[in-house]
Parts: sequence; structure tokens; C-alpha cells
Amino acid sequence: MNNSLYFPALTRLACLNPLVLTRCAAANPLGLGCEATLTALRECRSGLRPNDFETARLDTWIGRVDGLEAEPVTGRLAEFDCRNNRLAQLGLRQDGFEEAVAGARERYGAHRVAVLIGTSTSGIHETELAYRRRDPATGALPPGYCYRRSQNVYSVAEFVRCYLRLSGPATSISTACSSSAKVFASAHRLLEAGFADAAVVGGVDSLCLTTLYGFGSLELLSRQPCRPCDAQRDGISIGEAAGFVLLERPERATGAVLFLGYGESSDGYHMSAPHPEGAGVHHAMSEVLRRAGLAPREIDYINLHGTATPANDRAEDAAIHRIFGDATPCSSTKGWTGHTLGAAGITEAIISALCVAHAWLPGSLNTRTLDPSFKSRIVLAAEERPLRHVLSNSFGFGGNNCSLVFGTAAR
Amino acid sequence: MTQAYLGSVGVIGPGIPDWHTARAVLRGECEYKAGPAPEPDAAVLPANERRRAAATVRWALAVAQQATSAGGCRPDDVATVFASSGSDGETLHRICEALAGAEREISPTRFHNSVHNAAAGYWTIAAGSRKPSVSVCGYDASFAVGLVEAVSQVHAEGVPVLLVAYDLPYPQPLYAVRPFEYPLAVALLLAPEPVPGTLARLRVEVAPEASACTPFPAALPAAFADTPAGRSLALLASVARGGRESVRLGYLDGCQLVVDAVTWS
Repeated sequence: MNNSLYFPALTRLACLNPLVLTRCAAANPLGLGCEATLTALRECRSGLRPNDFETARLDTWIGRVDGLEAEPVTGRLAEFDCRNNRLAQLGLRQDGFEEAVAGARERYGAHRVAVLIGTSTSGIHETELAYRRRDPATGALPPGYCYRRSQNVYSVAEFVRCYLRLSGPATSISTACSSSAKVFASAHRLLEAGFADAAVVGGVDSLCLTTLYGFGSLELLSRQPCRPCDAQRDGISIGEAAGFVLLERPERATGAVLFLGYGESSDGYHMSAPHPEGAGVHHAMSEVLRRAGLAPREIDYINLHGTATPANDRAEDAAIHRIFGDATPCSSTKGWTGHTLGAAGITEAIISALCVAHAWLPGSLNTRTLDPSFKSRIVLAAEERPLRHVLSNSFGFGGNNCSLVFGTAAR
Repeated sequence: MTQAYLGSVGVIGPGIPDWHTARAVLRGECEYKAGPAPEPDAAVLPANERRRAAATVRWALAVAQQATSAGGCRPDDVATVFASSGSDGETLHRICEALAGAEREISPTRFHNSVHNAAAGYWTIAAGSRKPSVSVCGYDASFAVGLVEAVSQVHAEGVPVLLVAYDLPYPQPLYAVRPFEYPLAVALLLAPEPVPGTLARLRVEVAPEASACTPFPAALPAAFADTPAGRSLALLASVARGGRESVRLGYLDGCQLVVDAVTWS
């Protein structure tokens, strides 16, 4: 494919103003912190295990974060205590993130640092538990159940804002499995529009019965550790994760990795199935290249959405091949983390940033025989090589697509 | 300050079938007449999807349709921001009830209807739209949070954006822990430049919580103020009255959203 013909009008003048990733923090099935995440990736050590979540009797594998049961949210924020906010708290405590945000608070003022958190189910598990303890006579939910601080979708953004003692604009973004990719786009716009000088973006989604039984009803749960892009792939492994990134303007901060662009689109096709040819996905990737001012050949690695459902991987492969041909190495990291749903975007954004910073890209874990119908370049083994630009895809129910590009600050 | 031009408004609530009626009531030209909550049919949806769509989806789509139609804008030609505090309560209730039972059976349709962006998904399917769409939540401040996202998009992308804010009362037992009685859906079509028919120029700014919020319009039942989307009505009242006003909307803890609204004609 001739890339220059395909994107004839690209000029670097139209580029988005880049933002610096000044600090990343991660808590996911691979461990606590960015270092643990990278080590597990390098050692090909999956975070998936046979389902042992709560009372869910489902024959599937999950990516679970250990220790949440023993780490309640206490003190001034005790009202927020629920599995999802515990996971948020655990994530905020990694990688020196709180200290980095304290610095930003000092530089810009607490009211000028925005908070944008993606989640699909927030603290719904608290409501699931409360429904088991309804008053037998009246049907009322049990005393102590706090809707606002757990179930409500804003709960997690409010928790992060309070925990970090910030007082600027905030939002939860909930577009299913693209939620915490979309936070990068919205944060960029908030800064461009002058509502904030820096932003904490993130994603937090925790295991719950709704998603386990819900994806079960759609027959999308694999009975084995998920196998993205494999000829025998048969569904997802659900995971849970928290991830956070502090974004600042390059004039005020330094860091090894830049956020260079976003592309968003809708399929307008079906609530829970992707467009078969990946038309919406193609549009999102075209948009991210346009905003980043990059030609397809300048992307050195694509971190796939790669959920391991038959339909998702097929549609994503088709869309990637239309733009990138078979030149760009692609892989899915869902075999390590599982599909962390509303936290997938941020988890894979952080993995993409780690790849850029360490000049390394992973192969798809658990993929034994590549689907022979696939045409893009899916890699099964890791490669050491400098990565100028990495593209990360996230797609959600409702046909909601988001592609992000990260790049090295050393140019 | 970030500005956008308000091209048109859609609104549905009990006794408020459309912007025409809401405007007349808010201007004091006629009295609010209580009536049962309307039952929008979401005619814009294909029959299959209409059968599956929850009530919140039908409400959100109805106002989206009103605003795009009044603004002379093709439904597939506008980016969207959907803002809701709790999306669909009936769906949430049914799922939690099923999961507390022995069988734990959730239907696939109920599951995909449970996502916060269900209304957005149905809208893009109905409109056949590839345009970006984001769904946000800010609890009671969901409308203001959506407005900040929408005007940021208008500013940064230079494109028209449709903001849809909607909240329907929860069924019991959720109603008891999240009580508000009046359903309401509101849509604002916002654009980077004025066009013939533009209603107002809005300039939006986040400010520290300094003085009281702009009072809820007296022409409407006070119960609307309990509905999160009802916080839009102080702004709509100012647009309806015309002139120039600085409207202070409740936003997040410690701050307010100040909207400078000027009639444009």
C-alpha cells in the first residue's frame, strides 16, 4: 500500500498540541505499579486465573487484583468504600502518583487540575450485594448502602478528586469499553478550551456480577484464558484494573512520552456487535493519524483492542489492514490483563507509553495459531526496537470507538 | 471563558411537550399546566431497536430529534454529548434483582441496555452516524458537566455539538436512595458560529463557589429542581426571557458554572 497516496494531504502544521505524560500509575492483574506491569509483560506471565470471584459460578478465566478485600477506603473518604473505589485508591498509591499530583497542585492550583475518569460499572457490585439484603417486608435496601458514593457513575471521579484534594473540573466518562481512552480526548479539549492547565486522566473498573453474567448471556466469555487473534479464539476473559496518568503541557513539564492525538467515532451499527468491516474503527484510526499529523508508516506498533471475541478481532484486523497494510506490528495485551472494560483504555495507554519508553513491543500472549484469514501483521513474539509512535485502540458497546497515539519525546 | 452559540433547544417533561411550550411558560406568557409524563415513541429508531430501547433512551432521542430538527441540522452530521446521572433505573433494578435471585439470568438486551452510553448508542444507530459521541456523569451536576464537555468540543474541534441531558426517576427500592420525581430530558444544539435562527451566545466559565446559584424558575413546579437535568432550566429560563444574564449553575463541590447568556438575533 502506498501510504503517501492514501493520505495525500497530511501536513505537520495541523498537529494537535502534544501533552506530556508526567506520571503514570497502574494496578492491574499483573501487579502493582508500572514496573510490575512491564516485568510481567516481558516475562510473558499472564495475570489470568480460573474464575474465583465472589459467588460467580461461571466457567471462565478472570484477571483479578489481589488484596482489595483487605484494603478498605477509610477516614474522611470512608463513605466511598466499595470495590471500585478501593481499586482506585490502590492505583493512586502506586508509582509516586500522589506526589506528582501534589506538585501539579502546587504549580497550577488545585482548581486548575481537572479529573477525568473512565468507568463502565463504577461501584455496581455494592448494589448487587445490597439487593441480596433487601428488607423482606418492605423491599428496602439495607441501611448503610450509599448510592451516591458507590453505584453512581460519578462516584469514582468524585473519589479521585477528593483523594487528590483537587477542586477543578471533573467528570466520569462512561462509554463502556472505550471509556478510559476517551478521557485523553476530553482532557485535551478541556485544556485547549482553557478550563484547566493540567489533568489527571484515568480508568477504574472492578469485577462484578453484572459484567460476568452479562457477557455470559451474550456467550462472549471464554472458558480458557482469552486468545486474541487466534484461529480458535472463543471470547474474552474479564479483568479489573485502575490506571492514572498526569497530563501537562510540554512548556511546563518534562517526560519521556507524549500524548500526540486522538480519534473518536461511532459505528452507528449495533449496540453490542462491531461493524463487520470495522468501518467505525477505520474512521477513528484515520482521525487519530490526521490529528497527530502522522502517516501510517510512522506508527511503529499498534496495541490492539484485541478482545479475543471472533467478531471484534476480525473487524479490527480488517480496519487496520485497510490503513496500515501488513507493515505495522500489532498485538493484543488482553492475554495478560484480561479485558478490563472501562479501564482497558488507560491500562493499554500506559502499556503503550511503557513500550515507547523502553523501546520494546510485546507479542500477543496465548495466541497459538493466528487466524489464517487475518491480513494485518499480528506479532506473536516480542521485539526490541525504538518506537517513535504507538497507536492504541479501544472500542465499546454502543459502537463507541477511540484510538490514541503516544510518541517519544526524544525527537 | 469558552463560548458557543445555542442554535436550538429540545425539551420534554411532564406538562412540557417541547421548547415552544417551555419558552412560553418561562416567559410568563402562559401558565404551566400539569399533565402526565409524555411517552415519547422514538420514531427515529428502526422498529427492532425501538422495541428494545429503554424509556431513558426514548426520552433522550426525542429531545435530540427536536433540537436537530429545529436547528436544521442533519442527525448524522453532529457530534454528541450525553449527560445523565443514573441512565436507566429500570434496567439497573431488573439486573440487580436477577443477580440477587437463584437463576441469575440477564437477557443480552438488558445487559447492553445497562451501559451508561445506551442512549448514545441507539442515537448513532438511529441517525446512522459515525460522529464522535461521549457519555458523561457528574451526579447532580451532570448537566453542567455535559455543558463543559460540549463547549470544549465546540471550541477545540470547531464543529457543532448536540448536548443531551436526561434523567428519569428510579423505581423502588432505588428511588428511596436516589429520590427525584419528575422525568426531564433537554437537548441543546451548540455551534462555533452563529447562524440565522441562533437563540443565544453562551460563554461558560468555572468559578469558585461565591454566591448563591441562580434561583430555579418560579414558573415551573419546584420538584423539577430535584431532577439532575432540571439544573438546565435556570439557563433555559434566561434564554427564553432574552437579554443578557449571568446564570450561576450548581457544579461540583467547591465551584459553580457561570454561563453568560446573551440573546442573539
